[in-house]
Amino acid sequence: MSNHRTSLLLAVLLIVGGMTSAAQAGESFASAVREVSPKTVKIFGAGGFRGLESYQSGMLISAEGHILTAWSYVLDTNYITVILDDGRRFEEAKLLGADPRLELAVLKIDAKDLAHFDLSKAEKAEGGSRVLAFSNLYGVATGNEQVSVQHGVVATRTQLEARRGVYETSFRGQVYVLDAVTNNPGAAGGVLTDRRGHLLGMLGKELRNSMNNTWLNYAVPVDQMQQSVSDIIEGISRPVQLQDDRQKPELALNADLLGFALVPDVLERTPPFIDQVRSESPAAGAGLQPDDLVLFVNGRLVQSCKILIDELERIDRADPVKLTIIRQQELLEMELSLNSSATGTKP
Amino acid sequence: MKLSLLAWGACLAVGLGSTLYAEVPAAVLKAEADRIAVVKKVRPSVVAIFAAGGQGGGSGVLISPDGYALSNYHVTRGAGDAMKCGLDDGKLYDAVIVGIDAVGDVALIKLLGRDDFPYAEMGDSDTVRTGDWSFAMGNPFLLATDFTPTVTYGIVSGVHRYQYPSGTLLEYADCIQIDTSINPGNSGGPLFSATGQLIGINGRGSFEKRGRVNVGVGYAISINQIKNFLGHLKAGLLVDHATMGAQVSTKEDGDVVISNILDESDAYRRGVRRDDQMVSFAGRPIHTVNGFKNALGVYPKGWRLPMVYRRDGQRQEVLVRLRGVHRTGELEAKLAGGNGKKAPPRPAPPGKQPEKGKDDKDGEKKGKDDNDKTPPKKQPEQPRPIPLQGGQPPAPMPEVVKKVYEKKPGFVNYYFNKLNQDRVWKNLTARGDFSKMDGAWELTGDDGRGNAVEFQIDDHKVHASLPLGESPLTITDNLSESPQPPGSGGLNVALYLWRRFLLLGPEKAGEVVYLGTFPMPGQTNLVDGISLKHAGVECHLYFDPAPNGGHLLAMEMFADELSDPCEIYFADYAEVEGRSLPKRMSVRFGDQIFGSFNLKDVHLNTKGEVAP
Repeated sequence: MSNHRTSLLLAVLLIVGGMTSAAQAGESFASAVREVSPKTVKIFGAGGFRGLESYQSGMLISAEGHILTAWSYVLDTNYITVILDDGRRFEEAKLLGADPRLELAVLKIDAKDLAHFDLSKAEKAEGGSRVLAFSNLYGVATGNEQVSVQHGVVATRTQLEARRGVYETSFRGQVYVLDAVTNNPGAAGGVLTDRRGHLLGMLGKELRNSMNNTWLNYAVPVDQMQQSVSDIIEGISRPVQLQDDRQKPELALNADLLGFALVPDVLERTPPFIDQVRSESPAAGAGLQPDDLVLFVNGRLVQSCKILIDELERIDRADPVKLTIIRQQELLEMELSLNSSATGTKP
Repeated sequence: MKLSLLAWGACLAVGLGSTLYAEVPAAVLKAEADRIAVVKKVRPSVVAIFAAGGQGGGSGVLISPDGYALSNYHVTRGAGDAMKCGLDDGKLYDAVIVGIDAVGDVALIKLLGRDDFPYAEMGDSDTVRTGDWSFAMGNPFLLATDFTPTVTYGIVSGVHRYQYPSGTLLEYADCIQIDTSINPGNSGGPLFSATGQLIGINGRGSFEKRGRVNVGVGYAISINQIKNFLGHLKAGLLVDHATMGAQVSTKEDGDVVISNILDESDAYRRGVRRDDQMVSFAGRPIHTVNGFKNALGVYPKGWRLPMVYRRDGQRQEVLVRLRGVHRTGELEAKLAGGNGKKAPPRPAPPGKQPEKGKDDKDGEKKGKDDNDKTPPKKQPEQPRPIPLQGGQPPAPMPEVVKKVYEKKPGFVNYYFNKLNQDRVWKNLTARGDFSKMDGAWELTGDDGRGNAVEFQIDDHKVHASLPLGESPLTITDNLSESPQPPGSGGLNVALYLWRRFLLLGPEKAGEVVYLGTFPMPGQTNLVDGISLKHAGVECHLYFDPAPNGGHLLAMEMFADELSDPCEIYFADYAEVEGRSLPKRMSVRFGDQIFGSFNLKDVHLNTKGEVAP
């Protein structure tokens, strides 16, 4: 009899509990769209050739104009343009920092009182949850036009199994796998929300499985990104700037001493790829190889050959240097140091 | 024991029931039931279109009980002038092409054999919001051999989208972007709102490197645009889109300004100049260049629409007459010519340029196969139409279709133009038979200021006696340079053609074409337009389309293509000797009112009466 009562009670509870979500069954998402759209931005930057789109998506994460987006070649320029939902245009948005491991970047525009998402209040979603994806896929929206909205369901939250020959990405971490075709050209950096417009994550890049030519649609959960984003905003992992007032040591490091050469510096921002490694040099000893792309020097993001060279000049020959490089979509860390005779020259 | 078993059973039943209930709450079940009911309601209106030869096809939707149905031009183009249409009753109907809007990718067809076809109710696509549910129906991949349509459900991803022209012709202005699954074969099929109102025609998708299947980005032509074109489509015409004869651009401060304007455009004659700020067009505020393209792209050529511009802080509102994007015959040539016959160009598969002159089918097949094999390559192209499946030479036209099809240069199907000419004429002559009144027509009255006016019109001359003087016109073979009375733009010629049309009718008055439907200031409904070409001039006559109407409301006489017409507005119709005739006539030329005349006495004579 007590069983009976319990199940009755349970039934009532379940019905009441179910009602809130059921109340929205079949209803339009228009109000969620109205909530979210002002927090989305369109980003324009490098690209536009050889099938590389020069645009992507982003979201406002502070009233003062911090923008969370995907870390990509689009940001490889000094001229990143951000267009808000109301059509306001900000040229030369500043790249505050990036975390290649999570494929995220934070931009900053000079503005205030902006509608924005609070990352600390983001929600989590289970497999089976209905979600909305907001992005400027295919660059459909221009000016004050709303970004595109798609709907779908979270298939699962899981570790992204990325490796050579399968999903080639440097991303390491958990993702929401989505059942909708959300990760289209230009969609990276877009917003994933629940059905009510509450933030869940950021849309990732296009990801193709080279073994079976299928495409993975995924978003990075906010909890994965939060620490990295706040580190960037607080300046813990700022990218290196050329105009830096840090003192340069009298006897500083340089690439030649370490035993590597960079690719010719031909662009405004030439990505710092390794061109050659001298045998039996500290670089060779640490395992550096040609075609490696240097992302960090001692944890500081270096975005061009110029900046990498400048950054090495700020390190004393006596000290070891830690490089974070990307090699065929894999992130590697290595430490290089000159031999003892070099150390001995320290004044 | 029994009792406890019973109790256990009851408990189990409640437990089970409650579990089921909890998993599927009542509101969800109701939403599901509603959805099923809506789909069931609209399903009979969905058409599966097949080329008469049985190869290839697409989708469509019925919009009237007498069988008019909408589809994409890129579907009917491959299907031919006669096609077979399947409905969900499992029956196959013959259908005929009626009208085409090639730029907007819309075709109107008519299913034959019934006057009680099920049809969809047209909604108001301007009320559609991003985030609303929508569903597409049609025949993707031509799956349904019993013609029952496939349903795909999704949401509206964006509204008022502008999609750049693909190739030289196609342009999707002000369209609805959906994540509702749209695949090849869905083309031409309906997009419904969650309540089952027809809000668009599905026709395009963004596919790019992922092959030709849905990637969650489809586009539907808004039904409101199609409503603007429907009168023209029913006229059996190849309808052209409109241009204002001006280009706009966005200034740094965000204003949209006229960056270039043709001095032969109507907008220029109305006073619009370079650097004027475009404030609104056809009632829509203009904030972006795309916004202007959207506002303009939903109208057919020939409409006059209000435009507001600002110069030196001053707002001006003018009515602007839109010209066709293409010159006479140019659109036909584009569609018929080597380039026009093909689908709008799609990116060539890497390394394989499609050979010139090959038909669509080959080109598309190549594209498809290659998409599966070659490494993905992004194409800079805009989304392109969903291709037709297959494509074979059309089969011979069935007898039943031959009865409603008439080929004539400049028309898609002249039968339907004639049908509308006859309808307008029948409606007009129900108000009086003018065919015997072959003598002089005498109009006498005043100009509203107490001055007497008189017009005498017969086969050989028109004579106007006005306060500003006498204006005679002798009728010749070329009336194009006869602007009498001065300042009217050719009122005498217009009155001559007025009498000629009423007397002789569309069969004999000259070269007559039914133009479709047009907006007219002061009229709630669109009015019927007829063009009459005679003696080197063109005249447009506008008729009240109401079943109890039929009156000639206005006419415009164009002495030549590049100048303003003489406009006459007829009003205060009253019965005179068994015929309904206007007692009031206002004449405009350009921005000026030439005169407003009260016609106290309108007298039509037969030849016998004048010369006894």
